[in-house]
Amino acid sequence: MRDVAIIGAGETKYGEHWDKSLRDLAVEAGLKALEDAGIYAEDIQAMFGGNMSAGSFVGQDHVGALMADFAGLTETMIPAMRIESACASGAAALHAGYMAVASGLYDIVLVGGVEKMTDLPGDMVTDILAGAADREWEVFFGATFPALGAMMARRYMYEFGMTREQMALFPVIAHKHGALNPDAHFQREITVDTVLNSAMVADPLTIMNCSPVSDGAAAVVLAPAEIARKYTDSPIKISASTFANEYISLHSRESLVRSVSTIEAGKKAYRMAKKEPKDIDLVEIHDAFSIIAIIGLEDLGFAKKGEAHKLAEEGQLYYDGDLPYNPSGGLKAKGHPVGATGVGQVVEIVKQLRNEAGKRQVEDAKVGLTHNVGGIMTSSIIHILEVM
Amino acid sequence: MVVPRFWRERRHRYSLIGTQCPVCGTVYFPPRNVCPKCGRKSLGKMEEFQLSGKGKIYSYTIVHQNVLGYKYQKPYIMAIIETPEGPKITAQIVDIEPEEVHIGMPVRAVFRRITEDGKAGIIQYGYKFVPDWEELEK
Repeated sequence: MRDVAIIGAGETKYGEHWDKSLRDLAVEAGLKALEDAGIYAEDIQAMFGGNMSAGSFVGQDHVGALMADFAGLTETMIPAMRIESACASGAAALHAGYMAVASGLYDIVLVGGVEKMTDLPGDMVTDILAGAADREWEVFFGATFPALGAMMARRYMYEFGMTREQMALFPVIAHKHGALNPDAHFQREITVDTVLNSAMVADPLTIMNCSPVSDGAAAVVLAPAEIARKYTDSPIKISASTFANEYISLHSRESLVRSVSTIEAGKKAYRMAKKEPKDIDLVEIHDAFSIIAIIGLEDLGFAKKGEAHKLAEEGQLYYDGDLPYNPSGGLKAKGHPVGATGVGQVVEIVKQLRNEAGKRQVEDAKVGLTHNVGGIMTSSIIHILEVM
Repeated sequence: MVVPRFWRERRHRYSLIGTQCPVCGTVYFPPRNVCPKCGRKSLGKMEEFQLSGKGKIYSYTIVHQNVLGYKYQKPYIMAIIETPEGPKITAQIVDIEPEEVHIGMPVRAVFRRITEDGKAGIIQYGYKFVPDWEELEK
């Protein structure tokens, strides 16, 4: 296996892009990444695109071919495929791209992620997203995706006594960072009261405990680490790319307060990168619901079980704190175009490690970790990135 | 929703029939063809297992933003129910006010209408859970 590096990164603004279609977004992010890498379309040997549900959101499948076509890659006839792992589709595409380069099959690979979600009314979007859970045995009986998150939160609060006020700190931090990110869906700060008093989605989760419905795309260009400096002065090494799955339904799991897939993918990632949690300078954690971020931080070794909220209370999670958490604004404030999210988290870490993150720049960032989950923490994908 | 997807003969859904692995004894609901613990050793040997329909609320939520087909039911209570046989089940809790529900509450399964395809569409049936008053009064 060869070491793999990121030589270019780009993304669209996340938000409601009523003037742009699925392909416009994907092509914009892809071309930004190519430009950033200083390469041309004909240099690309393969393409992997993360996308959860374009077939349901905009009636478009065969997304790989469409992206290659409109990115101007038709004449090169390269392989281009869509990778799906629900909300972790983006990170799954990166995992696939990583394997493709590490194995030696391809040298220059474009990895993208895209989702166009705002073309449909809310209940249809809710229904499509619920497809990440078990349609026959959870959703059929009325479970929405936030309902599953809410049942995790309720059980967590029951077992550890965390309050809604403590849980509300996570979206507050996300919005504080989002306000510093010009590409974020929401660029304004909120307070604990905003979270507690916003509309209830699935008790105890209010709409401010849930990530928004966003459009957006993100892309990175991969190359073997040994030739990465040919393209850029600041290549970022992918030190770990790991992926673990568990039972798709919450009811099949022994516990609702931990994610065995996050624990497993995290352990493998630390081993692969020869790192420990204390070596990580910043994290992008999947915060589709506040409770997922809380469980994610604990299961990745950043807090003891039941105590992640203390990191928030102590102010450690701000971009200038001890454990900079979601400096991009996270899924909550930067936005959550589901297929793009996993790649977008990596784009943020790349910016941070290159010292290009502007107002939200984490000081002296050398090693970053991304945590992207599909389903209700069913699929967990971890990437550890570091300065070369 | 479309007819063939949800309008099939689903004994398991109507009658809470799961499966048991004869190798390790674990009971599963929904039914599985392979035991995740025993793998190939269980293949072709999984046996049907009738759940009692009794259980306790393991966790729950009040749903205010619904999936398609539930508009007229909201707000409604969704729960994960822990059964004495082992499996946990995701289902609605009905015949009780949201503020009365709590973790640990004894419940029992009932056969109910789940949802329908619009005003004149196909009606889908399955299980919901109601408070087990007999257990509650003990």
